[in-house]
Amino acid sequence: MSERKLHPAVAGAQPMYRAENDPDAPLFEGAYKQRFDDILTRYPDKRAAILPVLAMCQELRGWISSETIERVAELLDLTPAYVLSITSFYTMFRPQPVGKYLIQVCTSIGCDLCGAENVVEKLLAATGTRTGEISEDGLYTVIEVECLGACGFATVVQVNERVYESVKTETVTRLLEELR
Amino acid sequence: MAYPHSHPRETRILSEHFGEIEATTLDGWIERGGYKAVEKALGSMSREQVIEVVKESGLRGRGGAGFPTGLKWSFMPKDDTLPHYLVCNADESEPGTFKDREIMRWTPHQLLEGCIIGSYAIGASHCYIYIRGEFVDVIPVVNQAVVDAYSRGYLGRDILGSGYSLELTVHLGAGAYIAGEETGMLNSLEGRRAEPRIKPPFPAAKGAFGMPTTVNNVESLAVVPHIVTNGGDWYRQWGTEKSSGTKLFSCCGHLQKPGTYEIAMDFNLKDLLYDLCGGPPEGREFKAVIPGGSSVPILAADELDAECSYEGLEAAGSMVGSGGLIAMDDSTNMVHAVRRMVEFYAHESCGQCTQCREGTYWAAKILRRIERGGGREEDIPLLLDISANMAGKTICVLSDSAAAPIVSSIQKFQDDYMALIAKGQHAAVGT
Repeated sequence: MSERKLHPAVAGAQPMYRAENDPDAPLFEGAYKQRFDDILTRYPDKRAAILPVLAMCQELRGWISSETIERVAELLDLTPAYVLSITSFYTMFRPQPVGKYLIQVCTSIGCDLCGAENVVEKLLAATGTRTGEISEDGLYTVIEVECLGACGFATVVQVNERVYESVKTETVTRLLEELR
Repeated sequence: MAYPHSHPRETRILSEHFGEIEATTLDGWIERGGYKAVEKALGSMSREQVIEVVKESGLRGRGGAGFPTGLKWSFMPKDDTLPHYLVCNADESEPGTFKDREIMRWTPHQLLEGCIIGSYAIGASHCYIYIRGEFVDVIPVVNQAVVDAYSRGYLGRDILGSGYSLELTVHLGAGAYIAGEETGMLNSLEGRRAEPRIKPPFPAAKGAFGMPTTVNNVESLAVVPHIVTNGGDWYRQWGTEKSSGTKLFSCCGHLQKPGTYEIAMDFNLKDLLYDLCGGPPEGREFKAVIPGGSSVPILAADELDAECSYEGLEAAGSMVGSGGLIAMDDSTNMVHAVRRMVEFYAHESCGQCTQCREGTYWAAKILRRIERGGGREEDIPLLLDISANMAGKTICVLSDSAAAPIVSSIQKFQDDYMALIAKGQHAAVGT
């Protein structure tokens, strides 16, 4: 995977959910090694790099495995237990693989008032999954999440790096078709 | 039509260029008068003068607490040799709040200007913009703005030949509401769990990495360039003595025209709801309104004739908070709505304090029970008792936030609780 050189100021600020990921991709090689080094230059100590470095690993591999945890611990001079305490605290780190499209539906109050529960139901039915499962074709995982901060455009659905605003039960089918 | 629903009764300072895609670019921003404030502050004003003009403006922190921004800056040490940090709180996660998202996605350079001027005022050498990781559509916009600002010399070494240097880093959260609490944010930035710290020490004395630090909300920083350009008195022409200027209210829920509106702080809440937001959906009436994000007390329909100032909304029994307005019409069951809000806090409690960790969990469980028809009359005093044991008894105010909707909904909408409890008991007897 090649990519253009990122400015160090934003090297640690790349979206961590991508449809194109590879669970076996090498960590910290090539452009990613460069990004890792750049991230470290932005903080006075190594520990502070933990969120951006974990995010970069998830961006590459799609989830955080115990192997990833051990590698990150080693590189940042932390213990694996400490790194696990971080990945288990922050909800965006996935402890297991998810479908190619991680469909996150906001069900907090703003979206709830506008029918988010029905959108979830429709998405689960359309993908033939239960919450958190990967669909049989490997494409979809639907989860409910807390407030995505776009409440005026309820229901808010985030699919990997994209935000879909004002999703209604009637538009769910179209949304899924658009992804395919 | 302009940005979703602009309205002639708005006072558009921060939001003037919302909806203009060209304003997101550096050239587009400069064409709109951008970076003049940075030139003025760094080129002709001392740190103290910048702090002074922000003090004069009366600007109060727009993240929720309403602490005067200029005063906060003045707490930073003046003659030390330690590195100082500015942390921009862009971890907007309070349910109902989506105003900072609009600032960042439409006017990222407005925010950067504020970050540069704020950093200069407090003598910071590095500014971190802590953006919640979920803002996947906003982050690339901010990133591009930062890269462009670096390339044009607005960031980096010796900015515009002023002798002042500033590094700026975009730092992403990874899913934790509590990272929006300022000391939780500092822990998170340092690579720790976002557990709020006991204060004192306050961040100005010992903040990020143990160094003097100021944490400011996106909206607070974004308005600073306007104040630097036009002066403190100019900003005070809007609002009230205690609540100067304008404020963004992001309005959601049961409204004809949800969206983010910028109003002078003495604007009437009813006018905001009926005039700007177009009122409730056809054929409905408002039942309840939360004016400042889900952590402030709920107002009933007969309490809406209030001024949107800090003191006005407090007098009405609620708070400005983040300006995240949530409207609920008469189809809403308040037990359901409050259950949804309390579940949020239960999910987001960091778990440090027993009152919050256990209180939010049990309150959510009781509310679920009532909603499903298993409620008991004793549940009402029990919820009030749990709330009393949560509010004001923990390191941060997350548990207060969970208690606010519980207590205010029981005070004002007890009928909704009693009806569900009675219905459940009736069903139980019938079976």
